[in-house]
Amino acid sequence: MSQTPEPRDAAGWAPPVQTLSVADGHINVSGRRPTAPIHGFGKMWQKTYRISLRDIAVSPREVITLWKEHFPEFWPAKSKFFAPLAGIAPGEVAALDLGMPGGMKLSTGVLVLFADDESFTLMTPQGHMFAGWITFSSFVEDGDTQAQAQVLMRASDPLYELGMIFGGHRQEDKHWVHTLSSLAARLGADDEVIIKTVCVDKRREWSRVSNVWQNAGIRSALYMLGAPVRALHRSSRPEA
Amino acid sequence: MTELTTPLAVRTVPPGVSVIEIGGEITRESDQALQDAYERAAQGTRTIILAFEGLEYMNSSGIGLLVTLLVRAKRNHQRILACGLSDHYHKIFELTRLDEVISIYATEDAAIAAAA
Repeated sequence: MSQTPEPRDAAGWAPPVQTLSVADGHINVSGRRPTAPIHGFGKMWQKTYRISLRDIAVSPREVITLWKEHFPEFWPAKSKFFAPLAGIAPGEVAALDLGMPGGMKLSTGVLVLFADDESFTLMTPQGHMFAGWITFSSFVEDGDTQAQAQVLMRASDPLYELGMIFGGHRQEDKHWVHTLSSLAARLGADDEVIIKTVCVDKRREWSRVSNVWQNAGIRSALYMLGAPVRALHRSSRPEA
Repeated sequence: MTELTTPLAVRTVPPGVSVIEIGGEITRESDQALQDAYERAAQGTRTIILAFEGLEYMNSSGIGLLVTLLVRAKRNHQRILACGLSDHYHKIFELTRLDEVISIYATEDAAIAAAA
């Protein structure tokens, strides 16, 4: 490796990390490795959601500052993003509860992989619905400021891949359309969100089938089902 | 950010290995330049070396482009090697776990030797 001065992107990247940890004991996060799109099982997709903030006098930096500071507020009500205390900053880990059909929730998390003044990226851990990252950015195109969320992902395991085929992709589209529309509304814009979906790789990575052991959906369901037993166990313990 | 540039030079070295010299900045705007460079490099070779000595800036959109390039190469039964990564970018490859699928060499000569 050659020795060169630190480039100007250095402050934007998370420090090296092997496994994630969150302080509040949220399940399916601590001890999990962050995953890139190459670590998933399903087809690789690049989904781009974009909204134009036309006629709004706002710079990309201002959009990203607002987005970072109020990130959870733009999410649909069924899903919760527990922002790290330090906010969306490189290396921080956030816990998530994603609303699923039937009133179930999927507990997982994300690592802030990269963050600077004009973009930030969240990277998923093992067990998440998909392996990959989501980049939120803002830029000027044709004279108008744009806000964009771009997902580069593979479903993590065969069960998630089935889930994505049978409604998961549609659910994800709704999630990010809601997020971008809410952000735009906060800024006083009401354009339509444009979705562009590209299948980067049609093949499935069968060597990743065993990812199913980390499936956060299954683990979250088992955790919820075990809640009465844990409550009973706690109540039967003698008080200190 | 100001004006973004991604100077990409492509050359072929014995034994039929293509080298893409990546310079400047790799960001969202580099997509087309990187695709064009890959198209030129991919002709008649099984191994493509990405030489990163001239890389000055890369954000997460940029590393996403490297992932899609890697997938295209894999689809075409080609191997991607990397060389000339600074300590900083080497750490980013580790962080994003790209080092698990792209073999990294200190120098271009070492990468060419590995490709032979």
